[in-house]
Amino acid sequence: MAIDEKSHILFTKPLHQTPMIYYHSTNTDINLKGDYMRISAHPILDFERGTQVSFTFDGVQVSAYTGETIAAALYAAGYRTLANSPVRHRPRGFFCAIGNCSSCMMVVNGNANVKTCIELVQDGMIVETQRGKGTL
Amino acid sequence: MIHIDLLIVGAGPAGLMAAKEAGTAGANVLLLERSHVPGGQLVKQTHMFFGSEEQYASYRGFDISEILLDEIKKLPNVKLALNATALAVYDDGIWAAEMDGASYTKILPKAVIIATGAGEKSLAFPGNDLPGVYGAGAVQTLMNQYGIKPANRVVMLGAGNIGLIVSYQLLQAGVEVLAVCDGSPRIGGYLVHAAKLRRMGVPILTSHSVKQAAGQGRLETVVLWELDKAWQGIPGTEKVYRADVLCVAVGLSPLSELLRQAGCEMVYVNTLGGYVPYRDSFLATSRENIFVAGDVAGIEEASSAMVEGRLAGLSAAKFLGLSTPDFNAKRNDCMTQLESLRSGHAGERILSGLAQAVIGS
Repeated sequence: MAIDEKSHILFTKPLHQTPMIYYHSTNTDINLKGDYMRISAHPILDFERGTQVSFTFDGVQVSAYTGETIAAALYAAGYRTLANSPVRHRPRGFFCAIGNCSSCMMVVNGNANVKTCIELVQDGMIVETQRGKGTL
Repeated sequence: MIHIDLLIVGAGPAGLMAAKEAGTAGANVLLLERSHVPGGQLVKQTHMFFGSEEQYASYRGFDISEILLDEIKKLPNVKLALNATALAVYDDGIWAAEMDGASYTKILPKAVIIATGAGEKSLAFPGNDLPGVYGAGAVQTLMNQYGIKPANRVVMLGAGNIGLIVSYQLLQAGVEVLAVCDGSPRIGGYLVHAAKLRRMGVPILTSHSVKQAAGQGRLETVVLWELDKAWQGIPGTEKVYRADVLCVAVGLSPLSELLRQAGCEMVYVNTLGGYVPYRDSFLATSRENIFVAGDVAGIEEASSAMVEGRLAGLSAAKFLGLSTPDFNAKRNDCMTQLESLRSGHAGERILSGLAQAVIGS
């Protein structure tokens, strides 16, 4: 498999002639979590972070800043899967991030179907992956 | 039960302008906004707007949002409710909203302006539900509103204005944009945005689309391929990119559910993005006390949404019997501005769409 590092094109051979065996982890050279993900230098924007708080996600402590949504804080912490599709249990992240699409619904403080892309974090929140369609 | 002259749903560019105009005319206005911040999608627009002075050209989107909000705050008869989601409208004209997270509130307005905006479309390809395949606007929210770097390497699907602008903003946030592709043989967005990307060395592949997205639990690779003249993928032309995010910028669709539920007559117009309400040129729908403004009436740009908001605000004020001495001059000004914004190449599609949705004058 030829890897052109400059363009990040893994190979250019036609796919139908190439076995689909390239599911190796590509994350070894990518730092995908922590404050590294929080932008500090930007040519146009200044980001004022709120105060540091923490919440739990499936029992694991996650740190965040007030003013962030749950989905944004989880993203910064390296989590990409927020839900599973109810029938085939495929992993789901957010899609629209503005409260339209329902791809990011989780259980928050015991309440199911919370759109975490528009729900702000609060200190001590309990966030859990939702199983199935959730119950009220 | 809240009794109010005018209920406006959505505090984006259209809703804010509508509130300002109707509030200035003397209407008591309740402006509902689902998000915890007003401004709609203006808050994540870091680029300078085009257009003319009336549409705040040369200001950046998030500044325009602040300007409009300051003007709203000067009007004591306009109440802005944040974390407030309009849920439904009933046959007796009562609207229901969830306010501040829990309370179910009933509202009986004399007139309503729907300014709910639009949602991002997706595209069918294998792997399109993998975490890492996001709407371009979603990535813009994460990056420009919350200051979180969305990825290290991105492939952008869509070379319309959103695809091009978000690609440039990704570069500003330190993200590598591997390629921008578009199924169309031509770049859909303004060439000034495309030229900025080209200068930064980002390839823009026209007549290319996504064959598939793949990865273990999250996106790892994106396969693009070339499309023939019938928009079918050509085997043998695949390019595989190692990317952690694939942005989908294939258009928007009006969030017109409330209008449909309210019984407004709707029509599917492809060039306006989906189902939109029939209305007259002054934005009154087939329900006499319901008006529309902005992307929910047909996908355009924030500039035209602001002008439409103003126009709908004027129309609603007139319906409420609130007369302003310069009503005709203001309304004519709105019509002239809209005509100007819809002139030129990009306006042709919108005008052909409007011809299917606008009735009478």
